[in-house]
Amino acid sequence: MSEASDLKIDTRRSFLGRAIGFGSSNTGFSFWWMQRLTSIALLPLTPWLVFNIAALVGQPVTAVHAWVGNPINATLIIATLLCAFHHMHLGIQVVCEDYVHTDISRMILVLFVKAASFLLCIAGIVAVLKMAIGG
Amino acid sequence: MVHSKPFFAALPKGSKPGKGKTYQAAPGAKNTRAFQIYRWDPDQGGNPRLDTFEVDMDHCGPMVLDALIKIKNEVDPSLTFRRSCREGICGSCAMNIDGKNALACLKPIKDVKGTIKIHPLPHMPVVKDLVPDLSLAYAQLRSIEPWLKTETPPPPDGERLQSREERAKLDGLWECILCFCCSTSCPSYWWNGDRYLGPAVLLAAYRWISDSRDEAKGERLDALKDPFKLFRCHTIFNCTDACPKGLNPAKAIGELKLEILEREG
Repeated sequence: MSEASDLKIDTRRSFLGRAIGFGSSNTGFSFWWMQRLTSIALLPLTPWLVFNIAALVGQPVTAVHAWVGNPINATLIIATLLCAFHHMHLGIQVVCEDYVHTDISRMILVLFVKAASFLLCIAGIVAVLKMAIGG
Repeated sequence: MVHSKPFFAALPKGSKPGKGKTYQAAPGAKNTRAFQIYRWDPDQGGNPRLDTFEVDMDHCGPMVLDALIKIKNEVDPSLTFRRSCREGICGSCAMNIDGKNALACLKPIKDVKGTIKIHPLPHMPVVKDLVPDLSLAYAQLRSIEPWLKTETPPPPDGERLQSREERAKLDGLWECILCFCCSTSCPSYWWNGDRYLGPAVLLAAYRWISDSRDEAKGERLDALKDPFKLFRCHTIFNCTDACPKGLNPAKAIGELKLEILEREG
């Protein structure tokens, strides 16, 4: 529990100095734009993947391998994984930046989310390739 | 490293309003309304309190500001709030009325059902009672340089001209009265108000970026292209909902993002 005194910002810096802060980092656009692009891409990809996986439930393993082994299916699954995990880590990073205001916790959280998304995405791609190529 | 702020899992000590005093209306008043008003005095310190004033509506003007002035004149002269024009053009009497940011002078009392709850603009430091400290918000406005910037000297024989269409693009932007109802209704501004510029300031930035006479568009876009200054807007639309002048800061922010998109190609 924080004390009320924590609320007071003990600084003699001018208000304009605080408002300007770091100045502009000249970034942020591609982050915002990639969030939009990946969400648009996921609009058709997600239902496509869910529908097809649902249709494969109860089928023999060979049928699943055959479906994933189809080059178009494998390409679209990998595209879905790339978009989904990219979109996910961007989204969670924004949530962390919005709500976690201590630098160290925020940095650790954001790095953890990035690492986890990256590894899970690679694991998914490896699984698809193994089924598609490795047989 | 970013300037450290503490992480609040709950309201910090000293910020939760307690129950205050109740002031009855004059005996014989038949048509009364109750006003519950946030009170905090820096000289007394401690927690804020919520005082209740019963006001005789038969002897009170129609707007919330009329009731506040009546209370200050007749009941408690220490009640502190900002007001000036009483007609929605100065932006001084912005406050949170019935859970929504508004100008007290434009908010009819009859639009509120039950007790009229009045708080200062949310999430700003409180100077006293209903007076928030807007110093940082004003400095943020100053930081976007809200004035005409040009290289070309003005024509010697007249003003800088615009076409009618160019002038029309500023409609819906220039009318902002800087009451900060929008910025203080924005959750992104609440959580990151020290780095996110907020809708009022971004609307002003877009007003100058849209001005055909201004020659600093690129420089202005450079200054905004930042994950916090501009892109902390998550299109929540509280700003547009709150604006007492019926402006659309959310659209202006969207247009700023599209200007940057157009520049990036």
